[in-house]
Amino acid sequence: MSVVTEVSPDGQKLTISVRGRFDFGRHQEFRESYEHLAKRPESIVVDLKEATYLDSSALGMLLLLRDHAGGDSSDVRVVNSNSDVRKILAISNFDKLFDIS
Amino acid sequence: MLAQEPLTILIAEDSAADRLLLSTIVRRQGHEVLTAANGAEAVDLFRRQQPDLVLMDALMPVMDGFEAARQIKALAGEMLVPIIFLTSLTESEALARCLEAGGDDFLAKPYNQVILAAKIKAMDRLRRLQATVLQQRDLIAKHHDYLLNEQRVAKAVFDKVAHSGCLSAPNIRYLQSPYALFNGDLLLAAYTPAGDMHVLLGDFTGHGLPAAVGAMPLAEVFYGMTAKGYGLAETLREMNAKLKRILPVDMFCCATLLCLSFQRRSVEVWNGGMPDGYLHRIATGERVPLAARHLPLGVLSAQAFDDRTEVHPMAVGDRVFLLSDGVIDTSDASDQLFGVERLQQVFAANREPDRLFEDIEQALRDFRGEARDDVSMVEVSLLEPAQVKPSAPVYSDSGQSCPLDWSVSFEFRGATLKRFNPLPYLLQLLLEVHGLRAQSGALYSVLAELYSNALEHGVLGLDSSLKRDAAGFARYYQQRNDRLEALQDGFVRVHLQVQPQGEGGRLVIRVEDSGKGFDVARVMERPLDGVRLSGRGVSLIRQLGRNASWSDEGRSARVEFSWGVEA
Repeated sequence: MSVVTEVSPDGQKLTISVRGRFDFGRHQEFRESYEHLAKRPESIVVDLKEATYLDSSALGMLLLLRDHAGGDSSDVRVVNSNSDVRKILAISNFDKLFDIS
Repeated sequence: MLAQEPLTILIAEDSAADRLLLSTIVRRQGHEVLTAANGAEAVDLFRRQQPDLVLMDALMPVMDGFEAARQIKALAGEMLVPIIFLTSLTESEALARCLEAGGDDFLAKPYNQVILAAKIKAMDRLRRLQATVLQQRDLIAKHHDYLLNEQRVAKAVFDKVAHSGCLSAPNIRYLQSPYALFNGDLLLAAYTPAGDMHVLLGDFTGHGLPAAVGAMPLAEVFYGMTAKGYGLAETLREMNAKLKRILPVDMFCCATLLCLSFQRRSVEVWNGGMPDGYLHRIATGERVPLAARHLPLGVLSAQAFDDRTEVHPMAVGDRVFLLSDGVIDTSDASDQLFGVERLQQVFAANREPDRLFEDIEQALRDFRGEARDDVSMVEVSLLEPAQVKPSAPVYSDSGQSCPLDWSVSFEFRGATLKRFNPLPYLLQLLLEVHGLRAQSGALYSVLAELYSNALEHGVLGLDSSLKRDAAGFARYYQQRNDRLEALQDGFVRVHLQVQPQGEGGRLVIRVEDSGKGFDVARVMERPLDGVRLSGRGVSLIRQLGRNASWSDEGRSARVEFSWGVEA
């Protein structure tokens, strides 16, 4: 599995980890990782520690996730991105929408 | 187990007894039987009745089984018609000949019924597999042709829209794969009424048709608003709002939009999500990065959208280079990206500016072995205003309703000045007067200069001498953004008066502002050049309009345009 989901015991925090290339091939898995939860989490963390690359359709998937989590009132953090991935996020100015670290 | 579908089986055997025996066995297994007494008869029957499978004796008079097998295989073409050789031959060499002639299997005499049935069944499986593969191949080919045809038609329609602009202007060089549209890449260019040039390089999310559908509305907005004289900010707001409204959440368009002004010798830039572009100053060799400061188009709501642009001074011959992420995201076999550093090495090694694209393509090939199909590059250079020849706008009205004696006054106050650009409306109004159409470029330039002088130096109190050098130039536009954002009151008034005069007529434009004014006598003493970065507006107005004058200590400007016999 290249998309791994973990929900905190209290159900408040969802962590989605993406491995390898984060591109259109991950579309289905990524959507399923947050769409079928019994309870809507308060906060979402997208862990990109093991993501090697990210393309524009991955950026689109992040926008879908943000929209699903409540748009402007959502709490979505993108963590552990490597330098290539961080460059792509920076060019797109996604730090204006997501808390990126 | 499913009963086997009955087949039509051709039996070629010269011995009548064997033929009868074999026919009986095969019929009993549920198949139709055709019989031939030699190879020539077999080929003839095959041609007429197309059996599914052939049982072929090797040694026959007239034509032997080997030759008959070759001819039948040739007739069958891509279809698999299994041929099982019936043979009493035992040397391996003879058996191999059966297969070389096109046979698929062989059966030794005397016949074993069980093995014969099993071989027929196995060969039938192969036959059907081949038929399925062929059918699917043809279906895929058909769909592929269909898709290519759809793309060809869509591209032809889109090219009509995209190439209505000025991509063929002498100062634009670009490189795009022919089907870049279906990789989401988009390149547009058009002249404004004032003779400035707007250029857009965009990159939609994704590939294929979904990436191409957003291009059409974006192009329509770009060309429509550029032709009407809207600036980058208004055009960007409209493009963003339109894409936000029509695209799904996960689709957006990274874009860089430029306004290249040959008169002002400057470039205004907005970059949302595209890789750094570069302003190449030829005199110093410096390459100023034009970095992405914004989210792509179609992501933010109209309220949250940021239309702030940057302005850089340019000299004649300077170039602006833009590229899509296909260049820097090209990856090699081990998933390593080409990256910005390698791009800058190509810049550094480039000796002939006109061969920059070729150098970059070569570097990509060296890096990867093959170029990606979504590499887009464009380079726009600054020319002398006289070298730019915008095509004349085409008017479609009859000319029967031209108004010739009227006046109108507007007052634009603080909150309006912040966001609203009245110039396109004013220009449209004035171009109802046919006599003015021949000078629409000069008219728009003068209106634009009068308005921006009134707004920037009058209402906002900006000091044009800041624009003496490149750093001050950037500071000037920073201050302009900040002061406009904080603007509470103040006004710009525009008075337009059109009167008939003999066979033609005269337009008087007066623009007043609420600012502090300026030392008219000192500014008028300056020679009518156009080389300095600062104060070019006044000299432009004096060159393009008639009887330009300033009164009320510089707070009121007046310019005339006149025309002769109506066209």
